[in-house]
Amino acid sequence: MQNLTLLDGQKFQITIQRLCRQLIENHNDFSNSVLIGVQPRGIYLAKRVAEELRKILPHSTIEQGDLDITFYRDDFRRQGAPLVPNQTRIDFIIEGKRVIMMDDVLWTGRTIRAAMDALQAFGRPEKVELLALVDRRYSRHIPVSADYVGIEVDSIASQKVVVSWKETDGEDRIVLVSEVKED
Amino acid sequence: MAGLSTRHLLGIKDLNRNDIEKIFETADNFKTVLNRPIKKVPSLRDVTIANIFFENSTRTRLSFELAEKRLSADVVNFAASSSSVSKGETLIDTVNNILAMKVDMVVMRHPYAGAGIFLSKHVNAQIVNAGDGAHEHPTQALLDAFSIRERYGDVEGKKVVIVGDILHSRVALSNILCLKQLGAEVMVCGPTTLIPKYIGSLGVKVEHDLRKALNWCDVANMLRIQLERQDIKYFPSLREYTMMFGLNKQILDSLDKEITVMHPGPINRGVEITSDVADSKQSIILDQVENGVAIRMAVLYLLAGQQV
Repeated sequence: MQNLTLLDGQKFQITIQRLCRQLIENHNDFSNSVLIGVQPRGIYLAKRVAEELRKILPHSTIEQGDLDITFYRDDFRRQGAPLVPNQTRIDFIIEGKRVIMMDDVLWTGRTIRAAMDALQAFGRPEKVELLALVDRRYSRHIPVSADYVGIEVDSIASQKVVVSWKETDGEDRIVLVSEVKED
Repeated sequence: MAGLSTRHLLGIKDLNRNDIEKIFETADNFKTVLNRPIKKVPSLRDVTIANIFFENSTRTRLSFELAEKRLSADVVNFAASSSSVSKGETLIDTVNNILAMKVDMVVMRHPYAGAGIFLSKHVNAQIVNAGDGAHEHPTQALLDAFSIRERYGDVEGKKVVIVGDILHSRVALSNILCLKQLGAEVMVCGPTTLIPKYIGSLGVKVEHDLRKALNWCDVANMLRIQLERQDIKYFPSLREYTMMFGLNKQILDSLDKEITVMHPGPINRGVEITSDVADSKQSIILDQVENGVAIRMAVLYLLAGQQV
């Protein structure tokens, strides 16, 4: 295993803050916008962004929810066993709202396709945008692109991008993991 | 992230505790789906399920059908009374003909014990037992335990008494196996003639005094007298049975604590339970029905996910 750190410490924080400022440019005071983190790993990003936005806009209400996409995946019955779902927590109305979906890593785009399906069950948003902390370029299986991107990474299919969070993993860090072949 | 340890759901006997907990966790998620404005998910969109009922049913058949439709499966229904079974076709032939029309799963209710097990050995489809004779009714037991878990937070350590016709009841056997697997204490209560001889080997207590049983328990599951399965008389009269083993408001109010009342349906009001008890706030009979759809969605989802 070979690990390459792409982003950590203060730079990680600067990237999050830049994404928040970009969101504010388009969503003003968030009175008609909501943040949705995609389970399982996107929820930490959504929580962090919501937390930062609340610091920058202390008088705004920032709504943030978690969306589970397990039942909407397109690989059901195509792998060994069904995936165990996570919790969906959306305590607000998304009908007519501008939804910003968030996931930590945008790779094939299949998760986001499923998330857009799952979101339909909660109503018809005015607009849906996508924020990805890491965009693994040139690896999409589906025509999906993010409106806001933290960093772009060129990687090959056998590599993995792992995002760790201070709240759950002890530190903020984005790592590119490569399997080294042992001869 | 493994699925269930079994390919078919023929009885609670085939499930381990891990399986039951996985079904409950998945059902929790489906319950939230069922409370959304759009109650449908696309998971089983390429799965076809046949509901084959050789015996009458309202709740179970509707509940399975709704669960299948909420999962976006294609559904065909089959009732033996209006089919070629009355022309002499065998069970295997009937099912194989249905499977020839490219059906992936079979949900079956049958008046003979072991019909599902027999079928699972002879046909190439996943079988879900929706009740086989006086043997097992696994999804009912799962939804009963799920309802107890919902009411009390946990099934472990709870005291559950099953009252009534234990001898002819598939609900009783599946419930005993499921509750024991989850660490609950189980007691059966009824006339001596309606308690099976070897019930003690299942590790349950036996009581013939309803009041004592109710004072012991947290939950009372009241069963119907299955007259259609009784070929001889097991007690002098229904009226006498009601006097000895019927649950009424008077007994319920005289207990030391507030117990929860369950019933798998169909209710014979005024026989095993009076209307004021069935409709009281201590009764969770309609919650059981609601949970039935979520539990059946979880079972179908976890079983169907195994196929490739």
